[in-house]
Amino acid sequence: MLNPTYIELDASRVALAALLILVNGAISLALRLGMARTLLVASARTVVQLVLVGMVLQWVFGDRPWFVVLGLLMLMTFIAGVTAVQRNQRRYPGIWTDTMISVWVSSWLITSFALLVVIRDMQPWYQPRYAIPLLGMVLGNTLNGISLGMNALTEALVTRRDEVESLLALGASRWEAAAAAVRHAVRTGMVPIVNAMMVVGVVSLPGMMTGQILAQAEPLQAVKYQIVIMFLVASATGLGTVGVILLGYRRLFNADHQFLYDQISE
Amino acid sequence: MSGAEDFLRARGLWRRKPRGEGWLLSDVRLTVRGGQRLAIVGPSGSGKTLLLRALARLDPLDRGEILWRGEAVVGNRVPDFRRHVIYLHQRPVLGEGTVEDSLQAPYRLNVHRASRFDRQRLVEWLRLLGRDAQLLTRRQRELSGGEAQIIALLRAIQLQPQVLLLDEPTAALDADATLAVERLIDVWMRQDDTARATVWVSHDQQQAARVSTKMLALQQGRLQGGGSC
Repeated sequence: MLNPTYIELDASRVALAALLILVNGAISLALRLGMARTLLVASARTVVQLVLVGMVLQWVFGDRPWFVVLGLLMLMTFIAGVTAVQRNQRRYPGIWTDTMISVWVSSWLITSFALLVVIRDMQPWYQPRYAIPLLGMVLGNTLNGISLGMNALTEALVTRRDEVESLLALGASRWEAAAAAVRHAVRTGMVPIVNAMMVVGVVSLPGMMTGQILAQAEPLQAVKYQIVIMFLVASATGLGTVGVILLGYRRLFNADHQFLYDQISE
Repeated sequence: MSGAEDFLRARGLWRRKPRGEGWLLSDVRLTVRGGQRLAIVGPSGSGKTLLLRALARLDPLDRGEILWRGEAVVGNRVPDFRRHVIYLHQRPVLGEGTVEDSLQAPYRLNVHRASRFDRQRLVEWLRLLGRDAQLLTRRQRELSGGEAQIIALLRAIQLQPQVLLLDEPTAALDADATLAVERLIDVWMRQDDTARATVWVSHDQQQAARVSTKMLALQQGRLQGGGSC
């Protein structure tokens, strides 16, 4: 970026924006909201985390070999998996494996499709300027769907335990007994992305599209990228959510058509 | 009961406590033959419900097996086995909608696809219990505990099982409702005495004596008196 076409921000301009947070802090102090300290910590974290990630990206974008890019992509995926599990209120043996498999398979499959089939013309194929932000956006949404879906599945199975067991007692197969809970869980996991697709461009302008426009991209080009991103995110979320819920279902209902309620812990 | 057919056989059932030492069920051996009315009695916490659930293959076991007519009940044989051997919960769950919706629901399950919902037969059952067909149109959440238990029983009976596993079905009911439930099961048994059997779990010795021809005592997960019958 020797000749950026957008207006560069130096530290003093960033500091001007930070003044706005000081105003918020002052309001908090005046009204005794008790938010001043939290705001300070949150602002400091924003600065430190983003500067760090910026430095990492700047370094990776500097023509690094493929395995460095791959390592970073793996680290991002691993962190997404850990976050997805940690957001669950209930656990069962195997939840780590199921979540990691679902996050990994859904996000890598869809991102690979985007890189190799949809965008395809970049050199080399692992071009970090594309691979890292694309995977990042896919992961951020997929982990959300996966954790919402898993929470909804265990919640439904715990609250409807008697119903599930009544069905099994009357001869239902494990799938027949679990189907209502599974469908509810998949729908719950998909709600945020479906809602986002419904209102995109009407209520909100997505950050990525706004960023591209600020960086002087043609708005219609930015829109095309955004459409691709929305489709990638929706399909990865669907794949990951369905995957984790089906894997969880297989753990909680065994081959003898028994519901292993005791395996779920709060 | 010599000569009667072996329906359900439990061979050396063992189930470990979830955490720590000891067993919830230890070496339970039991045979249920056609025409038998068994009662299992014991103090609360002795494992009565667990034993009944194990007989219905609702819970995994650490050791032992359940045989239905001589064949081990495993894998995809389990749903079909539960067509013949139905476990009834102490607090029945009937789902949403009307009583009739609930009674029709099992016919949507794969194992009951070949059978058809027979409203007329249910109306006859209800008449026998001194109820009219009006009960079928009521919302389920409007039912009393006794009515809900009777509907749960009818829902099971209409599927023509051979063994009913009854987990304290009258524990939450008043005296009249208790008698109605006992009568319903008695009539059902009498309809085909050799092709049906009941295993009734109760903490009430008097009731157990009333509803059974043979009583077994369960103590700390172990059937007393050898366990085999």
